[in-house]
Amino acid sequence: MKQFIIFARKEISHIWRDRRTLVILIGMPIMQIVLYGFALTNEVKNSRIAILDESRDPSSIALIQEIGASRYFDAVQLLHSPEDIDRVFRQGQTRMVVFIARGFHNDLLHTNHAIVQLIADASDPNTANTLTNYAEAIINDFQQRINQDQPLPMQINTQVRMLYNPELKGAYNFVPGVMALVLMLVCAMMTSISIVREKEMGTMEVLLVSPLQPFLIVIAKAIPYLLVSFINIISILLLSVYALDVPIAGNLGLLLAESALFTGTSLSIGLVISNFARTQQTAMLTSMMSLMLPTLMFSGFLFPVENMPVPLQVISNVVPAKWYYIIVKQVMIKGLSFSSVWKETLILAGMTIALLAISIRNFKIRLA
Amino acid sequence: MRTLKFLLQKEFAQIRRDLAIFRILVVMPIIQLLILPLAADYEIKNINLGIVDHDHSTYARNLVTKIVSSGYFRLTDYSPSYPTAVRSIEQDKADLVLVIPAHFERDLVKLDATTVFIGVNAINGVKAGLGGAYIQSILQDYNQEIRDKWIQLPRMDPQPTIEVRYSDWYNPHMNYHYFMVPGILVMLVTMIGSSFASNNIIREKEMGTIEQINVSPVRKFWFICGKLIPFWLLALLVLTIGLIIARVVYGIVPVGHYFTIYLFAGIYLLSVLGLGLLLSTYAGTQQQSMLVSFFVNMIFNLMSGLYTPIESMPAWAQWMTRFNPVSYFIEVMRMVILKGSGLADIRPHIFAVLGFAVFFNTWAILNYRKRSA
Repeated sequence: MKQFIIFARKEISHIWRDRRTLVILIGMPIMQIVLYGFALTNEVKNSRIAILDESRDPSSIALIQEIGASRYFDAVQLLHSPEDIDRVFRQGQTRMVVFIARGFHNDLLHTNHAIVQLIADASDPNTANTLTNYAEAIINDFQQRINQDQPLPMQINTQVRMLYNPELKGAYNFVPGVMALVLMLVCAMMTSISIVREKEMGTMEVLLVSPLQPFLIVIAKAIPYLLVSFINIISILLLSVYALDVPIAGNLGLLLAESALFTGTSLSIGLVISNFARTQQTAMLTSMMSLMLPTLMFSGFLFPVENMPVPLQVISNVVPAKWYYIIVKQVMIKGLSFSSVWKETLILAGMTIALLAISIRNFKIRLA
Repeated sequence: MRTLKFLLQKEFAQIRRDLAIFRILVVMPIIQLLILPLAADYEIKNINLGIVDHDHSTYARNLVTKIVSSGYFRLTDYSPSYPTAVRSIEQDKADLVLVIPAHFERDLVKLDATTVFIGVNAINGVKAGLGGAYIQSILQDYNQEIRDKWIQLPRMDPQPTIEVRYSDWYNPHMNYHYFMVPGILVMLVTMIGSSFASNNIIREKEMGTIEQINVSPVRKFWFICGKLIPFWLLALLVLTIGLIIARVVYGIVPVGHYFTIYLFAGIYLLSVLGLGLLLSTYAGTQQQSMLVSFFVNMIFNLMSGLYTPIESMPAWAQWMTRFNPVSYFIEVMRMVILKGSGLADIRPHIFAVLGFAVFFNTWAILNYRKRSA
């Protein structure tokens, strides 16, 4: 045991002295939370739009003012002919053109039917969709104002309640995702690289002839990364509670325990990778390919898993981050107890044991 | 010039003989381009719908049928009461619960108004917002159908109405692949440009083989060129593979010219490679450089406009994206491939990345020391 502590201390001073790495390891989750929290939203606002108004009558001018005044749109450009539309789109700044053809006011008053055309730059389909939806809502409002709100007969009213996240903040979705991503990165990738590094430099030989059990040497290597990942979890949680106003609805102890379990899973993945990789580059590429991307894609925090084709949905089940992501969402955001996540916990525990077994089995005491 | 030839010969031999790396370089983009676009689908569909029907009338049943047949919703849960429906949201069995009140049909017909309740799991804000909007517009449609059935409407609109017509240019079918594939390709090319070349130099540092170069008469300019050119070519190779996949698998034929793409990519790669070189002059170990380049790549990619539109970012973040080469390339790719923008349209982008290229490479060369610390 004493030897083990000495080894662990050696590993800790390894990263303690590599300040640059340490700063990045601890700064990365903070940076990610700040970026996701403040910079990255799918919410559309201040989109640049252009106006092509051929009528220039009181109604069309009023409508355009209405659209330009909303916080979603910045009416930056007035076009003069339909040929201009293609030109402004091709320059890339304008997202939508509102086209009002000749005689808008007249049509509205005399035939009770006028047309507004919304031309969206659908090279970004989601933004295009959202923009046209917003614009339509504004136009509908405008129309109701003209009609002085005569109540319609047989009205179905709706009352909508947004559960768990009434303000529709993005943070509720990505905080669990970032936690999964960072733990994966720190534990699996960094551990595997640091083990393979000893192999590549030849210092592994020195360690292997020491009196400590070979497998414990490897475990000792994981210790500092375990500590770093716990610092990360705590900093993420603090930031999300105090900077992003995402409360921890459930039991903090349970959340930390589940995080410890997931840390264990990622560490054992790191150990398995280090068994097979011989150079640091291979270790890095393997972890990127087999960990980072699947974690980003299949955990469900960037892209909804239920939209994917069935084979990919099946694959997503073997990605540990998916289960951890579900657990964090249930416990942290919905505030549910252990009884609702025991299945996911069991899956993670099973994966961890299986991976550890593989890595112990393949651990080679002798150098090739 | 002769020095460069020999250096290139050495570098190519190194890359060629490290088959693992070469294989990853070629296979990785293929796999990613085949799988990522399938997964990266933001389109909101298959929303799990839970129903609490207290009315059991024909109207209520028709409403449910109409919602399900819209294609956006999947009926997964029928609960007798709202509390049990909330349980199904907790267990992720339903994303959205529609509660139809008792006497829904009677109130609608006799009292002229009724209220349905909708509860949405809003952890994923975007999905919740869109799901709520979809179901409300379906409800409105349904409402109109009922009105049409009961009330004879005059031939002309009774009130002034404004009809909104849409046209979606450049991607009329709203195909998400057109949006994602060019972006993913940019990500791949960037990753190769920024991390492989720098790793390569660090590896020489760590293994000690860089000493041999340092004691040779090779000038640092040539040395850096020798490192740049092979990876520049490799990244263009990956771009070519990617464009072929985009064309063959996804049917994406650029509206603009391939020439424009390659010209821009060539300049862009110089800037990314320069950045990689710069990072490598500061890092000491491979672990460090991988972490740094991963970190930088992550920020660049997240802030590039690939995942979230740049206009929705706050002002400070938008200002930051002006210093992000990736955001220029993503924009150019979309402009050239989807809209057919030409060289004149992308001139500002070209000058921007050219500026980055000169800046990063000069700094890298100035900072490269033949003397070891």
